[in-house]
Amino acid sequence: MRAIIRIEKLSKRYRIGSRGTARYETLRDTIVRGVRMPLRAARRMLDGSRTENQGVARHDDAKYIWALRDLSLEIMPGEVVGILGRNGAGKSTLLKVLSRITAPTSGRAELYGRVGSLLEVGTGFHPELTGRENIYLMGAILGMRRAEINRKFDEMLAFAGVERFVDTPIKFYSSGMFVRLAFAVAAHLETEILLVDEVLAVGDAAFQRKCLGKIGDVARHGRTVLFVSHNMASIEALCSSCILINGGELEAKGDPAQIVMRYMAAELSAHEGSRALIGHQGRTGISNPLMKSVSLLAGAGQTSGMVRMDEPLDVRVEFEAEAAIRPVLGVSVRTAEGMPLFGVNNRWTNDGIEDDPIRAGTITCSLGKLPLMPGMYFLDLFFGDFGDPTRDLDVVREAISFEVAPADIFGSGALTPASEGPLLWRASWSAQAGREGKQ
Amino acid sequence: MPKALKAESFEARARAKAAPGSHAPGPEDEGHGPRPLIIDSGRNPLAAGMRELWSHRELLFFLAWRDVKVRYKQTALGAAWAILQPFMTMVVFSLLFGRLAKVPSDGVPYPVFAYAGLLPWTFFSNTAGTGGNSLVNNASLITKVYFPRMVIPGAVVLAGLADFGLAALILFGMIAWYGLNPGLALLMLPALIVLLTVLAAAVAMWFAALNVHYRDVRHALPFILQLLLYLTPIIYPVSFVPARWRWVLRLNPLSGIIQGFRSALLGRPFDWDGLGISAALTAAILAYALWSFRRMEQGFADVI
Repeated sequence: MRAIIRIEKLSKRYRIGSRGTARYETLRDTIVRGVRMPLRAARRMLDGSRTENQGVARHDDAKYIWALRDLSLEIMPGEVVGILGRNGAGKSTLLKVLSRITAPTSGRAELYGRVGSLLEVGTGFHPELTGRENIYLMGAILGMRRAEINRKFDEMLAFAGVERFVDTPIKFYSSGMFVRLAFAVAAHLETEILLVDEVLAVGDAAFQRKCLGKIGDVARHGRTVLFVSHNMASIEALCSSCILINGGELEAKGDPAQIVMRYMAAELSAHEGSRALIGHQGRTGISNPLMKSVSLLAGAGQTSGMVRMDEPLDVRVEFEAEAAIRPVLGVSVRTAEGMPLFGVNNRWTNDGIEDDPIRAGTITCSLGKLPLMPGMYFLDLFFGDFGDPTRDLDVVREAISFEVAPADIFGSGALTPASEGPLLWRASWSAQAGREGKQ
Repeated sequence: MPKALKAESFEARARAKAAPGSHAPGPEDEGHGPRPLIIDSGRNPLAAGMRELWSHRELLFFLAWRDVKVRYKQTALGAAWAILQPFMTMVVFSLLFGRLAKVPSDGVPYPVFAYAGLLPWTFFSNTAGTGGNSLVNNASLITKVYFPRMVIPGAVVLAGLADFGLAALILFGMIAWYGLNPGLALLMLPALIVLLTVLAAAVAMWFAALNVHYRDVRHALPFILQLLLYLTPIIYPVSFVPARWRWVLRLNPLSGIIQGFRSALLGRPFDWDGLGISAALTAAILAYALWSFRRMEQGFADVI
C-alpha cells in the first residue's frame, strides 16, 4: 500500500524576532537594510575571504530557531497518528506546514488526498452573524461546498445542541455553545486527511468525550488523522500509531502505548538536577544565552532534582558573558500549574555582589530550607549585571523542575495531605482547659 | 483498542475505494487521484494559483457576503449608507465647488458631473482602503486556515461592488432628473466597470500584502487616498487643468477611467487616448500587484 502522506526532510525555520516583541519590520528597517545590503555585498566581494562569510552565517544562526528539522515520515491511509512532544517541539508547526498555512524552509511533503485542518476552534466565526450564517461561513472557510453544508446542516446543529438558537447572533451564545457549534462544523469535514491540533482542551468533559468519539468515527471511516494532544489517555484510545517530536526532529514512531511511555519517561527525567540552558525553549528577553547551565544541589550538596521536604536547596548557574560583569541572579519558584510562589534576587538584597567584575563562572543562590509541600515545582531564572539595574541580560522561564519528596519532618509518623496547598507552614498549638472542663 | 481500530479502518478504506465517488468533490480537487498535493519551499506556478483561486470562488462569495452583512448590522440606516456617502459628498461639492468656486463642469449640471465622478471614486477609495487592511484584519484566519490568500482582498472588492450598484441607482435617477441622454455611449459602461474593478482589486491586493510586512501602510493609505482625490478629475474637469500639465493627470490611471464614466453616462465625447493609457497602466499595475502579492504571500502566516 502506498503512503497517503510522505514527508521528506521537512524543515521550518523561524526568525526569533518575527514572533516575539518585534513582530514585523517597518518600512524604515527595510530601507536601511536595502541601503546596507549592497554595501555589505560589495565589501564581501572586495575581501573575498571565507571567514567573513562564516561570520555572517553564525551571526544569522543565532537569530533563527528551527521549529522543524529534517523531519521525514510516512503515513499510511487510515492511520490515526498521535503527535506527542513538549511545548515548542514543533507539533503545531508540522500541522501548519502540512495544511499549507506556512511554507517549509526546505524539504517537501506529498499528500494524496484532500486536506482538512482544525487548528483552532471558532476560526472565522463572526460574532454579529447568526448560528446559521456562521455555519455556512465557517464551512466555506474550511473548504466545504455549499451543497455539502446544506446536506449536513441539521446534523451539525444536532451535534452542537444549539437548534433553538440557530437564528441568534453568536455574540449572545455562551462560550460552551460557541465551542460546540465551532467543533460541530469542523467535525463534519469530509476530507481524506484531517489535521487536528489540540482543540479538545476546550469545552466541558461531556462534550470532549463526544468530540473524541467523533474523531474516532472519522478514523473508522478510513480517513487519515494527525492528532496533537497532551491528553495521553485520548492518544492511547484513538491512535493506531504515534510519533514523538523533540526539538523539531522526529524522535520515535511506533505503537501509541510504547511512545506514550517513552514520552512520560523523558518528561520525568527532566528533573535530573542539572540542565544545559543554551538551547532552552523558555528563553525570553535578550537573545544572548549568557546562562550555560543550571544545577540544583539538594541536601548534602549532591546534584539532584529531588529534594526532601524541609531540606535546603541551592541553585547554581554557570554563566559566560561577553564582557566582565558583576553577576546577579534572580530565582522564582512556581508550582507545576504555573502559580508563582516566591522570588528572590540579590539585586534587591545586595547580597553576595562581587566587587571585581567577572566574565565567566558560576553564581549560586542558596534558597535555604524549602517551605514547600510535596509536589513538582519549576524555577524561572533571571540573570543580570549589578552595574546595569535597568534590565536582565538573560531570562529563562521554567529553566528546571524539581520534585519535593514527602518526609516525616514533624516526627509524628503522619504524612501531610497533598490537598493543603503548596506551602509548608510551621505553627504551634496550645490547648487550655476552660474552668468548666477541669476535672 | 488501537489495533482493532487500525484493522477496521483499513477495511473501511478498501470499501471506500471500491465505491468511488463517495466523497463530494471539494475545492482542492487537484489533490485528488494520482496527482498529489506537493508542499515544498517553492512557489506554485501562476496558472495553478489561479486555478486554485477559481476553485475557492464560493469562499470568495461567502466572505463578500459576510462583509456586506456585517457592515450594516446594527445600523439604523442599513444599506442606505452606501448611497448616503457619495450622495452627501456630491451635495457638499456642488455647493462648495459648483456654486461658490464656480468650477466648470463641461456643460453638464455640476451635481451630476460630480456624482458621475464620485461614484467610481467612492468604490475605488473604499475598496483600496478596506482592502489594504483586509489581510491584517483577518490575521486569525490566515494563521489558522489555508485558502488562497487573494480571496480576502478579492472579497472586499466584491462587497464594494454591491455598494457601487446601490449608489449607481441614484446616478441613473439624476440622469433622468436632468434629462440627459447618454445614448449608445452607455454600452461602454460595463467595460469601464471591469477596468475600474481590476484597478481597485490590484491596488487593494498590493497594499494588503505590503501591509502584512509593513504596518506603515495602515497610516499611509488614508493619506494617499485623500491626495489622490485631488489628483483625479473628480471635483474639476480635465479642461480646468492648463494644457501643458494635463499629461500629469494621464499618469493617474483613475483619470481616464473616471473620464470614461462621465462620457458613458453623460453623453460627453470619449477621450480614447486617455482611456487607452489608463487601461495599459491598469494592466501593468495588475501584473505588478500579482507578482508582488505572490512573492510575499508565503510569509504571511509567519509575519502577520
